[in-house]
Amino acid sequence: MFRIYTVIGLVSVAAMGLATQPAFAQTPNETLASFKTAAAGDAKFQGFSATRGEQFFKAKHGKEWSCASCHTDNPAAPGKHANSGKDIQPLAPSANAERFTDMAKVEKWFKRNCNDVLGRVCTAQEKGDVLSYLLTVKK
Amino acid sequence: MLKTYKKYPQVIAAALLAMGMTTSAVYADDDGDEDERGGYSESRGGKYGGEDRGKPVQPAKVNAKWKQECSSCHIAYAPGLLPAESWRKLMAGLDKHFGSDASLDAQDSKEITAFLVDNASNRWSAPTAPLRITESAWFKRKHDSHEINPAVWKNPKVKSAANCQACHTTAENGDFSERNIKIPR
Repeated sequence: MFRIYTVIGLVSVAAMGLATQPAFAQTPNETLASFKTAAAGDAKFQGFSATRGEQFFKAKHGKEWSCASCHTDNPAAPGKHANSGKDIQPLAPSANAERFTDMAKVEKWFKRNCNDVLGRVCTAQEKGDVLSYLLTVKK
Repeated sequence: MLKTYKKYPQVIAAALLAMGMTTSAVYADDDGDEDERGGYSESRGGKYGGEDRGKPVQPAKVNAKWKQECSSCHIAYAPGLLPAESWRKLMAGLDKHFGSDASLDAQDSKEITAFLVDNASNRWSAPTAPLRITESAWFKRKHDSHEINPAVWKNPKVKSAANCQACHTTAENGDFSERNIKIPR
């Protein structure tokens, strides 16, 4: 009997410990790794490039906005939504630890923002390039 | 000259009277149940021609997903600002949301739509269902040139009529009462 209580006690302590951890499902590097897995399906894939990612981030792609229109040319700084003017927290993981730690959120925003900026979904190559760039941005 | 002096008491009385009227009009508006300039008409199906916001505009208990998702790019507009049909239409077209893709996954979309529809305006009797809050009759009347100096809209701190919190400091809590209005200079 005593043993059961001990086990229950230990399990609850462990559960509480887990619950108080910052609720980040994964690290930005793990997110990058999953883009790599997706991109590697293409025979021509030769890795990601932070330089290409930076160019992609700052350029317009045939529509009104670039990524930088809202996130600014410095992704470690706060941005502003180009339409509503609402503040946007920094995008670079060095300045905002929450970024690129939740895959569902990452994919939700790439889907939306790529549609706004390019009028299509982004490839795994493009997403990986951009994240590689963002990971090089210092606070 | 002497004549003008003699007239002063009347002028002051008139001014005081005018101030009193203005103040009471503001209080009446605050309550939201009175409309001084003839917006109320039963024959037209209620106040503002039936295009009236609900009371309360935001329920005491809000949906967490609604708050989180709808406040990503702008404040989470209170559900009572529009009728149920507006919210259904708006939520069905999130991929083209006023020039931005704001699409959600099916599960979140369903949950948020239910919250918006359940708490939509309970005083909207017109068959209309605008997508923009600013297109509703109650909004136009409350923000017309009698209420707001047109110059206010040109202030970069206001930027857009969608930017409620520029003047309604507690808009994010669904509180649009007059006492919490601060028009930026």
